[in-house]
Amino acid sequence: MTIVAESIILPQRRSTAGRLSDFLWRHPHVLLAIFLGPPLLWLGIVYLGSLFALLLQSFFSIDDFSGLVNYEFTLATYRQLLSGANLDIIIRTVTMAAVVTLVSALVAFPIAYYAARYARGKWKALFYLAVMLPLWSSYLVKIYAWKLILAKEGILTWIFQKLNLLWLIDAWLSLPLVGGNSLSVSYTGTFIVFVYVWMPFMILPIQAALERVPASLIEASSDLGGTPSQTFRHVLFPLALPGIVAGSIFTFSLTLGDYIIPQIVGSSRLFIGQAVYAQQGTAGNIPLAAAFTVVPIVIMGAYLWMARRMGAFDAL
Amino acid sequence: MRSEKSNPAPLGLKLAAGAGLAFMHLPILLIFLYAFTTEEKSYQFPPPGLTTQWFAVAWSRPDVWAALTLSVKVASIATAVALVLGTLCAAAVSQTRFFGRETISLLVILPIALPGIITGIALRSAFSMADIPFSFWTIVLGHATFCIVVVYNNAVARFRRISGSLIEASMDLGADGFQTFRYIILPNIGTALLAGGMLAFALSFDEVIVTTFTAGQQSTLPIWMLEELIRPRQRPVTNVVAMVVVMVTFLPILGAYYLTRDGDQIAGAGK
Repeated sequence: MTIVAESIILPQRRSTAGRLSDFLWRHPHVLLAIFLGPPLLWLGIVYLGSLFALLLQSFFSIDDFSGLVNYEFTLATYRQLLSGANLDIIIRTVTMAAVVTLVSALVAFPIAYYAARYARGKWKALFYLAVMLPLWSSYLVKIYAWKLILAKEGILTWIFQKLNLLWLIDAWLSLPLVGGNSLSVSYTGTFIVFVYVWMPFMILPIQAALERVPASLIEASSDLGGTPSQTFRHVLFPLALPGIVAGSIFTFSLTLGDYIIPQIVGSSRLFIGQAVYAQQGTAGNIPLAAAFTVVPIVIMGAYLWMARRMGAFDAL
Repeated sequence: MRSEKSNPAPLGLKLAAGAGLAFMHLPILLIFLYAFTTEEKSYQFPPPGLTTQWFAVAWSRPDVWAALTLSVKVASIATAVALVLGTLCAAAVSQTRFFGRETISLLVILPIALPGIITGIALRSAFSMADIPFSFWTIVLGHATFCIVVVYNNAVARFRRISGSLIEASMDLGADGFQTFRYIILPNIGTALLAGGMLAFALSFDEVIVTTFTAGQQSTLPIWMLEELIRPRQRPVTNVVAMVVVMVTFLPILGAYYLTRDGDQIAGAGK
């Protein structure tokens, strides 16, 4: 009886593909394993595995005499990391990342606000593309463009010359810390390029957050007597904050790990990325390189944890 | 609603937004100008003269062609791998429920959320531990790792919009799983996959940080450019290549935008 009923409801398929399909339908776990197997094998095992292997290396140390890695658990490499010049590198990089993030937010906010509240229809699409194209265009080309701009014979000098403001650049360059021989070998240059390259990542998350603020809320604030600046401070800004934090995840993380921008436009003082590159390459000190990579991972981990508590992930 | 239209944007906001957009676009336009300059020894502005001869010079350069072909090959294969793995991941996450589903998203995003240098070094040490010599395939594997996320993001967003009853209806009408995939699922996710694939291609075509760690002697186009940036040798050729790279990466972005604009605009949500 049951056999008859089953053969009526579920007639056996003839083809191999059909039978395979039926088998997978009855055993969804097998299907899931087939789906997840290849990606997990690569990302979960090879990629995560090599990440952990790298992190593990930071607990080893390098033998000063032979230059070989000494495979014994030690915190000596971390002690080395947190002393003198290496600590300077970390502080320099984190400060740069923080300032870049702050200024990126300032530049990105008006663009995001205009796109969210005033751009409509065709303009909105145009705005979206105007943000997307620089965001996705080649990273190296963007740096190259700034090399052209900041060069001594380049466009920036030319503009300031025409405006008779060349003394302004000279005065700025003579300042300690931010100055230098020319813009392309100063922190100022590095900073401008960082902002230029990572700022577009800030716009879309802020725009997404602002689009969720109902217009009536702004009107209600002004109806209740709030001046525009009060409305901004007490209504708009708190509601946009998750978007800013979401965008800052990108700007902060990308600045922390970058080693090409400070190498091409900047002074000879190292950033974390350059230190990692130098330690694993010419210096051959893999444990110290690994310890340096732990710094951005730890900072970003803490940052993501905070961002999550602020609800920034909903704005992504 | 109506009041929105009667309120024009304040002038200050317009100026700030316009200045911001100009800041984003003018440097790229400058690249286009420099591709035509007659000056070859420096980055002199304004250019003393304009010429199109550098296009012919760049065209006849074998090293540029070699780098370009390698980049296109790597990007194509990495995109293909990312398409398969990303779609499988997206299908599993959106069509089934299982323990640790949230973790998968995190795992997929990780290669791009962590600074590129970390992914690069981790893969490099993994390759050398496994005694795999650096080759074309190590570059492809490195690229595929971080390309999965863009395919995944696009596919997940589209899978969410396919209603489950469509798939059930197909099954009720006697189609097996493969037929359902071929005739129902694939046409529905096709454009999302195409968009994801284009973005993955653009991402791989442009990648330099991970590539410096996973490439052996070969140089992809970005590696070629990086060398020119550090030690400029033929500035005019670099100018032309930079301009071509900008135009080549614009096409997939525009394509991906037009393919996904009706849906949730997931295409570019985070690089």
